[in-house]
Amino acid sequence: MLKNSIGFNSVLLAIFAFVTAGVVAVTYQSTKDRISDAKLRAAQAALFEIIPKEDHDNDLFSDTVPIPEDYREFMGLTASEDLDKQMHIARRQGEPFAAIIPTVAPDGYSGPIKMIIGVYKDGSIAGVRVTDHNETPGLGDYVDVRKSNWVLSFNGKTLGSRFDEKTNIKHPDGSEEEFDQLTGATITRTAVTRQIKKTLSFFNIADPLTPKEHNEVTP
Amino acid sequence: MSEETMDTSVDYKEISLNGLWNNNPALTQLLGLCPLLAVTGSVVNALGLGIATMAVLVGSNLAVSLIRHRVSDAVRLPAFVMIIASFTTCTELLMQAFTYELYQILGIFIPLIVTNCAILGRADAFASRNPVIPSIVDGFMMGLGFCVVLVAIGAIREILGAGTLFSNMRLLFGDVATNWKFTLVDDYRGFLVAVLPPGAFLAAGFLIAGKNWIDSEIKRKAELQKQPVVKGSKRVKTTSVIG
Repeated sequence: MLKNSIGFNSVLLAIFAFVTAGVVAVTYQSTKDRISDAKLRAAQAALFEIIPKEDHDNDLFSDTVPIPEDYREFMGLTASEDLDKQMHIARRQGEPFAAIIPTVAPDGYSGPIKMIIGVYKDGSIAGVRVTDHNETPGLGDYVDVRKSNWVLSFNGKTLGSRFDEKTNIKHPDGSEEEFDQLTGATITRTAVTRQIKKTLSFFNIADPLTPKEHNEVTP
Repeated sequence: MSEETMDTSVDYKEISLNGLWNNNPALTQLLGLCPLLAVTGSVVNALGLGIATMAVLVGSNLAVSLIRHRVSDAVRLPAFVMIIASFTTCTELLMQAFTYELYQILGIFIPLIVTNCAILGRADAFASRNPVIPSIVDGFMMGLGFCVVLVAIGAIREILGAGTLFSNMRLLFGDVATNWKFTLVDDYRGFLVAVLPPGAFLAAGFLIAGKNWIDSEIKRKAELQKQPVVKGSKRVKTTSVIG
């Protein structure tokens, strides 16, 4: 009797598992294309936020250069989904003037923080955007530009600048605003800042904008 | 199947009232507090998660009600959880496809809808004992009750924390909603407590207190109205003119 009910119940649960998995599979199949589309558009939009559309005249999204093999670990690009990430080169009349470099801060408070960092030819930061993170909502998620202006405080910094607690942002109208470091979430802040510095030193050493090593890679 | 015909006199008004007020998942049952407190930083986040929760709740109530005669008591909970999990995953995929930016903001709290006790609670307490249509209504009303509280807390925190209302609504409604943002206070410096999790606790606490106060007022008024009848009910004069 007991054996019977165990058998019956397991078959029932198995049927359930199949049906629910089927529903999920169908939804996945029918939304797959739209999702990859949305991801692509989000990725493109992030690039244009760092290097505005009117500043460059090449196809920023497909004009890419691979990150040298020896630097992958340094840049935190070790997870399987990060392996094919490339640097995007922004050009004006064929002349490269900035690179957008993908990097991952491996030591965020709750896992890796994925970023893209734009660097101008002179080694100053064009912009930093966090593309994916799992930091605590309301505490560590100020790294996301949608939540706070914190990442904008890195604009224009070079490796020699002070990456300090308080930063002034100059607005186009000349006014200055002081960004107070947010209290708490120091692990998040340190992780992001450290990875930005690493990226800058990578840029200075590897010099991806000088075409001597890598010829232009066609997509 | 005789139950189906027997239960035609379902009181939809009571189901609705239960979901929205008397038995509100957020204010009375105090279920699903984790997303309630975590994502209510602004109206758009709250509304996004509210709608997602509502969709899962309606879907799971429907499915649970459909299979209620076939699942034995021993395995009903795992079966319900499987249903809820698959609906949540589908919702997550759909949000990824249609509101990608909002999906990124809500992040982990969409998959966490699975753990919202309000959903399993309704599946077990209502949908597994009632026909399909009342179950759907119950799911919808409970979801709406949850969603309204979420949006209310979101609005309170957005006003106090940022001085705006309905900012970034385009994440949910597309480009039509670009200009929906109200700036209530110009040049507002922000009120950090409202933005941080404690602000959510405070807002939720005040809402619960408000609901309890209204409930007790209603009760008191009802008693006041009853009293004269009870006191003077021994002899009722119907002819005298009161003046």
